[in-house]
Amino acid sequence: MSIETTNSSAGEVKPEFWRWQENCWADESKDWRSAKVITVGIDVGSVSSQCVIVADGELYAYNSMRTGNNSPDSAANAFKGVELKTGLTLDDVHMVVGTGYGRVNVPFSHKAITEIACHARGANYMGGNSVRTILDMGGQDCKAIHCDDKGKVTNFLMNDKCAAGTGRGMEVISDLMQIPIAEIGARSFDVEEEPDAVSSICVVFAKSEALGLLKAGWSKNKVVAAYCQAMAERVVSLLERIGVEEGFFITGGIAKNPGVVKRIEKILGIQAVSTKIDSQIAGALGAALFAQTLVQKQGPCKPVALAA
Amino acid sequence: MITAGIDMGSRSVKVVLVEDAHVDGAPKLKYIVRKTHFMFPGDLDADVAADKAFDTILESAGLNRSQVDAVYATGAGRKMVNFATDSVTEMSAGAKGAAYFYPSARTIVDVGAEEGRGIKADGDGKAIDFAGNEKCAAGAGSFAETMSRALQLSLKEFGEASLRSDKSIPMNAQCTVFAESEVVSLIHSATPKEDIAKAVLDAVASRVCAMVRRVGIEEDVVLIGGMVHNPGFVSSLKNAMGVEQIKLPDIPEYVSALGCALLAAEAKN
Repeated sequence: MSIETTNSSAGEVKPEFWRWQENCWADESKDWRSAKVITVGIDVGSVSSQCVIVADGELYAYNSMRTGNNSPDSAANAFKGVELKTGLTLDDVHMVVGTGYGRVNVPFSHKAITEIACHARGANYMGGNSVRTILDMGGQDCKAIHCDDKGKVTNFLMNDKCAAGTGRGMEVISDLMQIPIAEIGARSFDVEEEPDAVSSICVVFAKSEALGLLKAGWSKNKVVAAYCQAMAERVVSLLERIGVEEGFFITGGIAKNPGVVKRIEKILGIQAVSTKIDSQIAGALGAALFAQTLVQKQGPCKPVALAA
Repeated sequence: MITAGIDMGSRSVKVVLVEDAHVDGAPKLKYIVRKTHFMFPGDLDADVAADKAFDTILESAGLNRSQVDAVYATGAGRKMVNFATDSVTEMSAGAKGAAYFYPSARTIVDVGAEEGRGIKADGDGKAIDFAGNEKCAAGAGSFAETMSRALQLSLKEFGEASLRSDKSIPMNAQCTVFAESEVVSLIHSATPKEDIAKAVLDAVASRVCAMVRRVGIEEDVVLIGGMVHNPGFVSSLKNAMGVEQIKLPDIPEYVSALGCALLAAEAKN
């Protein structure tokens, strides 16, 4: 993948290893113009924002991008990406539901629903109705969610106090090791023997431990492997507090990192349900699906302007 | 008799030499002011750093290893000190060292680079209880260090800046990693650096204070470790703990190493 660059204050260009590539996708086999109900889910997360279009209950298009410095703009930009790709405008949309950290700050949404409910609903769509345990590894928090066969939340636990076990923690390590975040997973398996985990609690300590290990002659790959293992151990301890039922599904950015996913599976002895859909859109997808159900019940909402 | 205490912290090595001098027949321990402070620059392994620190202090004191009767080690890397005759916990060393300066010390707050802890002492230099923070950098020196870097202030400027603020901005983040982004957004919202510095130090102080409360706060309170040099932190901690005064030893970062050397000397006598 290409590494995006940014201009720092000193004017030099430095690579940003921690960034996931932003991407925009639309199902070319469908045409939104023939859909009866079109709904939008907007997930404004702490790190990334997504916009998902659901047409007649089916995923039609999405856009995933970095959250900027204010929620309304991030939400609008996420929608504009899809607008550009598909030609769909807010006037064609029957309802918009916002979710995520910035859900109350989406000026063009009709309703806000918590990200926990939305992730469960999204996972139910992505992984099928046998999904019972969802691990959502977001940018700044980590949630373990139980749901029923309809994707309705029955219980959940979350960690939002500590960066260990969150995407932010992985970004710190990716930046420290100067390895693009998308390559971390593959490189963590390119080791002769699996190392023990570094500090599984504090990222700050894990960072200094990682530096120490590099100095002790460890390869970058081995250090990354030790960190992936630490992160897996950390989230498993959260999962174990709520209990893991079969039908295990992982959402959020970390789900795209096999270095963590495979290690979680190994510790739990359970395979995660796989999906072809980008795991980062689960929240926005769930929001759009909720909107779909609401439109069917109450009828379409009046469109709201993109800018407040 | 000469004894040495070596404190292998997560960031630096501290060594103190103690020589006992008999004044009017009363055995009174007096330490020779010879101390060395070592940053881990990275090219040194812990055992090599310990050796180097010890050799440096001996050289400056004009001594050789055979003249030192005992060496006690403490700190996170105490097991790495090959030449140590024994090792003691950070709690024992901290309590002993603090009692040297303030025999009335009942609560010792030790804030190091990566660990913070509260120690309850019996007034005789013995630790009777403690509560520590070993898993999380919040409530330790590196939290303040990271934030001062985000503010582009030296640690000294950082502490002084916080004293100029009388605002209390609560920090939402507990985690150092998240707090760094919070500080950045405070900077972007044009919050004065002074107020941010105070917010950060208040946050560290409240974390440390929560830990110390677990052992109970009893005066006199003595603060040891590098954070003593940060007047802003001392002031925030005083407010958080609700005490009149926090006693500050002259050589705060050497207190544990000194405690070690004193314990070594007592064991010999």
